[in-house]
Amino acid sequence: MKIKKRTIALIFYFILLLLPIYWMLNMSLRTNADILSTFSLYPREITIANYVKIFTDSSWYSGYINSIIYVSINTLISLFTALPAAYAFSRYRFIGDSQMFFWLLTNRMAPAAVFLLPFFQLYSTFGLIDTHIAVALAHCLFNVPLAVWILEGFMSGVPREIDETAYIDGYSFPGFFVMIFMPLIRSGVGVTAFFCFMFSWVELLFARTLTTTVAKPIAAIMTRTVSATGLDWGLLSAAGILTIVPGALVIWFVRNHMAKGFAMGRV
Amino acid sequence: MNLEWMAWTLPTAIFFITIICILIAMTTWQIISPCIKRRGFIPLSTTRGDRLFIGLLSSAYIHLAWLGLTNFTIWIAFVFSLVWMGVVMRWG
Amino acid sequence: MNKWEDNKAWFLVLPVFVIVAFSAIIPLMTVVNYSIQDIFGPGERVFVGLEWFKEVLGDPRLHEALMRQFLFSGLVLLIEIPLGIGIALLMPKKGWGASLSLVLMALPLLIPWNVIGTIWIVFTRPDIGLLGSFINGMGIPFDHTASPTQAWITLMLMEVWHWTPLVVLLAYAGLRAIPEAYFQAAKIDGASAWAVFKYIQLPKMRGVLTIALLLRFMDSFLIYAEPFVLTGGGPGNTTTFLSIYLVKIAVGQFDLGPAAAFSLIYFLIILLLSWLFYQVLQNAGKGDA
Repeated sequence: MKIKKRTIALIFYFILLLLPIYWMLNMSLRTNADILSTFSLYPREITIANYVKIFTDSSWYSGYINSIIYVSINTLISLFTALPAAYAFSRYRFIGDSQMFFWLLTNRMAPAAVFLLPFFQLYSTFGLIDTHIAVALAHCLFNVPLAVWILEGFMSGVPREIDETAYIDGYSFPGFFVMIFMPLIRSGVGVTAFFCFMFSWVELLFARTLTTTVAKPIAAIMTRTVSATGLDWGLLSAAGILTIVPGALVIWFVRNHMAKGFAMGRV
Repeated sequence: MNLEWMAWTLPTAIFFITIICILIAMTTWQIISPCIKRRGFIPLSTTRGDRLFIGLLSSAYIHLAWLGLTNFTIWIAFVFSLVWMGVVMRWG
Repeated sequence: MNKWEDNKAWFLVLPVFVIVAFSAIIPLMTVVNYSIQDIFGPGERVFVGLEWFKEVLGDPRLHEALMRQFLFSGLVLLIEIPLGIGIALLMPKKGWGASLSLVLMALPLLIPWNVIGTIWIVFTRPDIGLLGSFINGMGIPFDHTASPTQAWITLMLMEVWHWTPLVVLLAYAGLRAIPEAYFQAAKIDGASAWAVFKYIQLPKMRGVLTIALLLRFMDSFLIYAEPFVLTGGGPGNTTTFLSIYLVKIAVGQFDLGPAAAFSLIYFLIILLLSWLFYQVLQNAGKGDA
């Protein structure tokens, strides 16, 4: 019964994984007074007041819209610049290639705290403060290198003979790239898109520094639930549950690309 | 465009200009005579660029160690680093 | 793999270079400039040479924070990488089970980091939190705000809960990219599951595992929001990691110069270790291939 054991182990892991999220869901359906006064495994009196507040108060729901806008811009920029670059790194040898490849990754290594001030100054100089594009560009700093690295890994897995055959068959570079190569690395593109989305979605420091009102992200708005009377746990949990939804949708759309991988011998 | 906030000083300007010059020189050198990966005393097969990176990074650590462990002037560490860079580039 | 030699490939890399350099190089230069000056305000600054570096290097609290950081990142890698690979191997290969697993797996990754800390505060509270009251119910007095050991255990639990899915997703994608023909060949040869793992799956996952390892190393070494919210660096200073200490200097005391020097040293440490990891993993593969 080997299969059975595997499934049980996996289900056990998922239960542990979901417990904190279940707790968040539980709290989101209760009032703050109820959460603080009684311990309860499930909400006894379900209230959707927390969700109603988020969906009706524009200062709340605009946060989601802002986040979705800059995250989408960032994911698109990251993918479209990283695809050709990753192809270059996986197929060609050129001056400074390995140095360049590693340098890209070093941009994830800077501790943000001190870099935030010059960042703010730089984006002010270009008049970009409080715009979605500013946050999208700033997040490119760590997402583009990640995209290049992940895509390069997948592209190196595709034998070079495929490229050569296609060129002999008379494909131009763009034609080959879109028609033949992209389908082969679909799984990589899916994973990359998801990771870009995810890292941009949860990042708080840059997003908070570069925005004031118009483009304020949801993660920054959520810190507002801390007030003089303490934290409004119910509202915070409801907002937390809602932050999961867009990402869950993204991974739902890319799941097939992720699961299928690529079938060899298609070309 | 006002870039006063970058807080430039002469030493840092010289530092970055030197780095840029080194990069330009390395690129030109590579174009004139491309180098082949080889193996020296560093347990990796390296190109010229790799050795430059290793040299610069270890020089940074030499400076930090000097600052942290001794009270002598930093210029001694600087001379050490130059010699070390030369050794890495030649025999690394 | 032999690559084509062509410097025109630079044109393909150029967009990436421009977009990253825009955000990377000028702030980095500015931080280097800060690190050798005493900054009082806009336009008011005094050159101090390498004074800040010396001060930061001799700071005993920094040494302690660094040791804590090494321990933390070491534990993170030792737990998350094997666990992540193991779970990726357990996950179904196709069908609705695969889709469901992928979506569930991604959930913890999608919560903003400050919220993760906040949720875990409640989750581990002995009076109203599920985990806290469960442990208390077993007769163990649990309060991570008082006991350093329990603070560490809570942090590790949160960290493993939060980030193992990242390793799983990468490893899973790597596994799916292995052509079925390899497994068929292994089956014909009568290879054991362990042999298949060791000689086919693990070497083929090297690329994604390199990324997973480097990402987990860098992000855990830079970790800030989650422990800051959950423990605030306490009890005492027992969970004050490098970034928490850095923010204390940079924002709390507004000492821009020392904080900049600290950042650069911090950066150099990550740079060296990541480079070593990268080289080791690159060369580990050459033996297998």
